Amino acid sequence: MKVIIMGCGRVGGRLATLLDAEGHKVTIIDVDSYSFRWLPDTDTFKGTALVGNGLDEDTLIKAGIENTDVFISTTQGDNRNVMAAQIAKHIFNVPRVVSRIYDPIREEMYHKLGIETTSPTKQGADILKKLIEG
Amino acid sequence: MYIIVVGGGEAGYYIAKTLLNGGHEVLVIERDTQRCNVIEENLGNIVIRDDGCEAATLEAVGTNRADVLIAITGDDEDNMVSCQVAKHKFNVPRTIARLKNPKHESLFRKLGVNVTVSSTNLVLANIKHELPDSPLHSLLTIKGGSLEVVNVIIPPDSSVSGKLLCELALPEESIICLITSKGGSAQIPKPTSVLAAEDEIVAITTPENKDPLQNALTGSQS
Repeated sequence: MKVIIMGCGRVGGRLATLLDAEGHKVTIIDVDSYSFRWLPDTDTFKGTALVGNGLDEDTLIKAGIENTDVFISTTQGDNRNVMAAQIAKHIFNVPRVVSRIYDPIREEMYHKLGIETTSPTKQGADILKKLIEG
Repeated sequence: MYIIVVGGGEAGYYIAKTLLNGGHEVLVIERDTQRCNVIEENLGNIVIRDDGCEAATLEAVGTNRADVLIAITGDDEDNMVSCQVAKHKFNVPRTIARLKNPKHESLFRKLGVNVTVSSTNLVLANIKHELPDSPLHSLLTIKGGSLEVVNVIIPPDSSVSGKLLCELALPEESIICLITSKGGSAQIPKPTSVLAAEDEIVAITTPENKDPLQNALTGSQS
């Protein structure tokens, strides 16, 4: 399956590494080439690392968004993530769009608006709570 | 009307000021403390320091009774989210967003932002015809920007010179209102008016037809 990931931080980089190792066709986009340090060296990582802004349609086209199966946004900015997700969904009709949104309220709203979302804030807090409660 | 302005930069500040003068109830949401201070000093207690994309912030300022939300921060994604939260969580009837990247316009429209104002496109449209060698200048934008009054000077070497007005392939939705000859005599145009080099033409046109109109009047190809 072809996957585009926007934002190469710890999570984006790790996700790209995992999917690439499983043989998926991965393209990861970040505005800063320095972020690609989260990826394994080029002998291991077979995917494409692309410098560019994922909110820019030209960059997305370059990344192959017109024939991707999945688009995932994992930048540091909630708003950037949902905007990119909505471009992928509504402009390029990507079949599967997933977005990380820290703010639980915004996460809930965008979920209702048809974007697959996950909130690490909510999940992280739940996990920690369970841990201390034993 | 109760109008919420998200973003208290220069543009947000002047919009708030204008709306206040118009007698509206205005609230500015701005993240930066210094900008908040400037607004409070000059416009009074109409600003809160917070994030206008956060649903909790918008709830606290009574967004559910707002008539309009104007998102005018410097970031397209923030403006989009602010408008979407206002619309989908608080049913604000009218949302207006500034955008910088003109390509985002279709997305914003699809997502239900009522009005988009592309600052880049506005600047482009305004300067394009203000360059010294441009034969077309905008004189006046008529309410809402759907029509403009422009003037066009026929260049000295134009192929249009000597032609009748009815011979020109003018774009639809533009109309020639006045022809002033180089000598200064003005006439109401007739189909049989003869055009001459350096005539000054005043026309009304849609913004999209400015370029075709200019081409038709100057005799240039594209």
